[in-house]
Amino acid sequence: MSYLQSSYPLIAKRAIAKQTYDFTIHCPEIAIQSRAGQFVHIRVPGHTLRRPISICGIDAAKGNIRIVFEVRGSGTDEMAKFNVGDQVDILGPLGNGFTLLGSDKKALVVGGGIGVPPMVEVAKHYGENATAVIGFRSASAVILEEDFTAMGCDVRLCTDDGTRGHKGFVTDMVRQRLSEGAADIIYACGPTPMLKAVAEVAKEYGVRCQVSLEERMGCGIGACLVCACKIAAEKGEAMKHVCKDGPVFEAETVIFDK
Amino acid sequence: MANLSVNIAGVEFKNPVITASGCFGFGKEYEKLYPLSRLGGISLKGMTYAERAGNPVPRIAETPAGMLNSVGLQNPGVDAFLANELPYLKDKGTVLIANAAGSSVEDYCALVERLSDSDIDMVELNISCPNVKQGGAAFGVACDSAAHVVKEVRKVCKKPLMVKLSPNVTDIASIAQAVEAEGADAISLINTLFGMRIDIESRRPVLAMNAGGLSGPCVFPVAVRMVWQVANRVKIPVVGLGGIEKWQDAIEMMLAGANAIQVGTAMFYDPYAPLKIIEGVNQWLDDHGIKDVNEIVGQVKPW
Repeated sequence: MSYLQSSYPLIAKRAIAKQTYDFTIHCPEIAIQSRAGQFVHIRVPGHTLRRPISICGIDAAKGNIRIVFEVRGSGTDEMAKFNVGDQVDILGPLGNGFTLLGSDKKALVVGGGIGVPPMVEVAKHYGENATAVIGFRSASAVILEEDFTAMGCDVRLCTDDGTRGHKGFVTDMVRQRLSEGAADIIYACGPTPMLKAVAEVAKEYGVRCQVSLEERMGCGIGACLVCACKIAAEKGEAMKHVCKDGPVFEAETVIFDK
Repeated sequence: MANLSVNIAGVEFKNPVITASGCFGFGKEYEKLYPLSRLGGISLKGMTYAERAGNPVPRIAETPAGMLNSVGLQNPGVDAFLANELPYLKDKGTVLIANAAGSSVEDYCALVERLSDSDIDMVELNISCPNVKQGGAAFGVACDSAAHVVKEVRKVCKKPLMVKLSPNVTDIASIAQAVEAEGADAISLINTLFGMRIDIESRRPVLAMNAGGLSGPCVFPVAVRMVWQVANRVKIPVVGLGGIEKWQDAIEMMLAGANAIQVGTAMFYDPYAPLKIIEGVNQWLDDHGIKDVNEIVGQVKPW
């Protein structure tokens, strides 16, 4: 695994929901090395810490990556001010990424809110063999639905308030999908309670599950040790780091104790 | 090309730029971006005699021009370091400084004894970590406790001994003098300033440990002042750190009295900061017709 740091031009920018932006960045050296589930660490003017943003799409042929992020604080607010043509300082690609099986396998990709973007590149690999269970607060927050549809996925949309799709959490729909037929693997990214719930359903059905974790980060490459998470080890538990050992972990090894 | 090499307590550094402890791990991660041999030295991740899991998360919070951390000395312990990390590091062509922490005098001594028989070049005694409940900074905030731990460690330390001081004190120069009197070969300063952030909606501190160590450009003027005060009171070499992010800062710190400098937090936003500092210092010396970087040490002209 290798990474690099340099500045690359923002070539497309779109607001796709309230406070949610879709960026395409032309960074051939990074695009060619990127894999589904990895992230890039973006320098934000006037801020000490870079912001880790998951990679939503990879177009190695064109040399582009796509990121989708939500404005959550002053850093992402500053990022939202980048315009087409601006240079974006990127360290990446970072992290391990998801384990992709043969594309003929049945995959279930599960995303909650701003955890949906990294699922797009996974769904692309499986195409029609993927079921995309994506959940949002309400209809106005729905993003990327058309991307999953365009790849031929079986899309199951959920909203907390029932303004679009199934009313309720993604876990209900994961359970329903698994009761309809077998799946070879589940991938999940979203809020911790959602990951924990999906991990439990996966275990119940005996399906392998990988989850992408989130934690406040410093260096992004495993040197500063701030983004610790507890992972089951041979002797009890081990402190691993989301940026370097993750962000993707086998769900059964994650100790969700928060 | 000016001479950039400096000598700290008998150890030769090819240039005065060292990566600061806690920000550079054991070097492997940044080596993917550039060869470690370009650095004057590496102050390795703070280690203890026994393995430590560290503090709960969140361990980091952003601040204006800086950040807070409360990692809590997560490290694999000295035996794992010697077995798994040092063999890889020792031929990298840079000075290796082991940052040693403990929660009792016995702990420090046992750790330094193990390090003394290894291939590391220097020990940086960490009596200033604010993030562990017992020890660490507890030793560094008073002259008598700082002097005592240095005196005991000195007895077992066969390597050049640098002592890293805490800024969370009323008179840092007195502490520097106290550790010098007990046999410290060099002093590094400053460790982080103890700080806190609160989320106003949840009313919770951002850090799980409530408070943590402040670093980054916001602490730089404090560090310059403390290095200046210490350098004026001790005869041993001083290594200056705290918020250095660019070559101008490095020169400023050396004018204040530092014989070498360390770069930490800046690497999080610019991983190449240490290399840019080396190049910039060299260029500045050339532009001013100064042949040797050592000539600028302590050359501030106070009013």
